[in-house]
Amino acid sequence: MATINMGKPILDKNDRLAAENRAAFDAAGVFVLDLMASPGAGKTSTILATIAALRERYRIAVIEGDVASKVDAEKIKAHGIPAVQINTGGACHLEADVIARAVGQLDLDGLDLIIVENVGNLICPTEFYLGEHAKVMILSVPEGHDKPYKYPQIFQISEAVILNKIDTLPVFDFNEDEFRSVVSSLNPTAEVFALSATAGTGVAPWAAWLAGRIEDVRAAALSSGGLK
Amino acid sequence: MHEMGIAQGILDASVEAALEQGATGISAIHVSIGDLTAVAEFALQFAFEALQAGTMAEDAAFVVTTVPARSRCRECGHEYGHDSFQMSCPECGSLCLDLLQGRELQIDSIETVE
Repeated sequence: MATINMGKPILDKNDRLAAENRAAFDAAGVFVLDLMASPGAGKTSTILATIAALRERYRIAVIEGDVASKVDAEKIKAHGIPAVQINTGGACHLEADVIARAVGQLDLDGLDLIIVENVGNLICPTEFYLGEHAKVMILSVPEGHDKPYKYPQIFQISEAVILNKIDTLPVFDFNEDEFRSVVSSLNPTAEVFALSATAGTGVAPWAAWLAGRIEDVRAAALSSGGLK
Repeated sequence: MHEMGIAQGILDASVEAALEQGATGISAIHVSIGDLTAVAEFALQFAFEALQAGTMAEDAAFVVTTVPARSRCRECGHEYGHDSFQMSCPECGSLCLDLLQGRELQIDSIETVE
């Protein structure tokens, strides 16, 4: 009988693969966004609105994570944007190894932004680093302003929170002031962007924030000599 | 049930470490899980029991230590325990804090059979 002291992070293997992903993204100057939300919050429509706002300036690709089906990737491809569909076959979140395989189907040197649409879930994706530069979550008005009380972790690890479907505020009992106050107490530095992806309102400040982050990663890659 | 993936990670890393030491079995695995992680202990226990069958950790005890959240206030230096919601400093009310513990997902040690 012997005791082996490990002191080892449980997700060490995932984290190592994620760090390899991140190194490849940084070298190519590609900003990678991990977009998380519950099913139906408007991840795909937010991605489409983001593409519409930024496609003239940046080369964009999307990695779609779903338990099953290709419908989301087909929607993105219909707009002329490269999209890779991952079917997790029941798994409730994406991990770094599946991102590495999906990225293998994309031309990193020809991209500025990859949006990863995580599996619709407010819990499981929070613990898994994929190599992304930022995690951003979407909450939609119909889900209710009490969600940060129920799912605090995802609000804490997100650099920005998108409040989607604000065009439905008049018909839902959603207290935006309370929502913003709870989010800021959980995560004082998180930016909150209120928008309607389908109506197109409020998308500009979100797109501007994202563009700033894309420029940071491009500038870092240029200064390290990785980009031509 | 992302706990299944986490339990698999625990099992894989433990088996690898035990084999490196030339052990023939694992009798216990000790892990620390922070209170602020999105990991439910009962689900992790369930997942581990489902996965350990047929491995060298088949009979291993799975011991989870829950680590409460603690932070230090950047404004006044006060150290205090808290949960996910009441994180502000009880002394000065500041929300500028450095988390000292509470997000652990760590294998602390394993006990092996020679």
